[in-house]
Amino acid sequence: MFKANITITLRTSILDPQGKATGHALGELGYKAVQSVRIGKYVELEIDAPTHAEAALVAKSACQDLLANSVMEDYHVEIQELVAN
Amino acid sequence: MSIRFGVIVFPGSNCDHDAYHVTKHVFGQDARFIWHKESDLGDVDFVIIPGGFSYGDYLRSGAIARFSPIMKDVVRFANAGGAVLGICNGFQILCESGLLPGALMRNESLRFTCKDVLLRTENSSSLFTNDLALGEIIRVPIAHGEGNFFASEPVLDRLEGEGQVAFKYCDAAGAITAASNPNGASRGIAGILNEGGNVLGMMPHPERASEAILGRTDGAKIFSSIVKSLVEA
Repeated sequence: MFKANITITLRTSILDPQGKATGHALGELGYKAVQSVRIGKYVELEIDAPTHAEAALVAKSACQDLLANSVMEDYHVEIQELVAN
Repeated sequence: MSIRFGVIVFPGSNCDHDAYHVTKHVFGQDARFIWHKESDLGDVDFVIIPGGFSYGDYLRSGAIARFSPIMKDVVRFANAGGAVLGICNGFQILCESGLLPGALMRNESLRFTCKDVLLRTENSSSLFTNDLALGEIIRVPIAHGEGNFFASEPVLDRLEGEGQVAFKYCDAAGAITAASNPNGASRGIAGILNEGGNVLGMMPHPERASEAILGRTDGAKIFSSIVKSLVEA
């Protein structure tokens, strides 16, 4: 069993007003080191697949078919193996 | 002969009765609701995908509704040249389903915006807009949080070049300005047509502005265009 940790964000070429507003607020709080903020979604999938590579294929396919809209969003998939107790 | 309007109903649709009322009672046509679990549109002549919050806007507006059983037949109907109007959430569903290009992002203001806007008619020859004059300004309300139309520059150029932009947000003089744009939409685009001109998606709500008793009648011109086009066809 594998777990896919998926982050979905607006494509970098697209203005993220939520991130921008949050970045301003951090600046007001004194976080001068923070240069930019981008806000996205986080999705976890538990995937029953024989190998790490096949779990990654399932997760990427799910992103393309439903989880992300490629017109405006990018996704990033990280796969970890779940070890049974 | 009456035009048979089919209004698709998803869990969370909330403008389905408005669309039904306008087509049935204001324009005297045949109208029926079609539950999203149906797999067949039946013998309808025209499909309306109404506004609302299908599936609670989970994941993205329109993303889940797109997979409802009825959408397969809506795609088949549209690809065969059938006329489809998507209003607000309906526009979002049409983009998610690939019947229209682009996507609707969160409003630049990050706020749900509910107010009247002015629209400039950019295409007056489509079956949805032929009762309007090119450049004619109409007043129609919007009510959405995710109506910020986005597409890549080449897609936007193609939409404009091919006359697929139906409406743009404008000011009282008809100018397309940042101040007249309520959601940050690329090039002020409020509604677009598909390549065949038989699918229109728009964020504003013409069905809420089609009767004098509601204080606005400009939206009726879209429905009168549709009725005229389909009766003559």
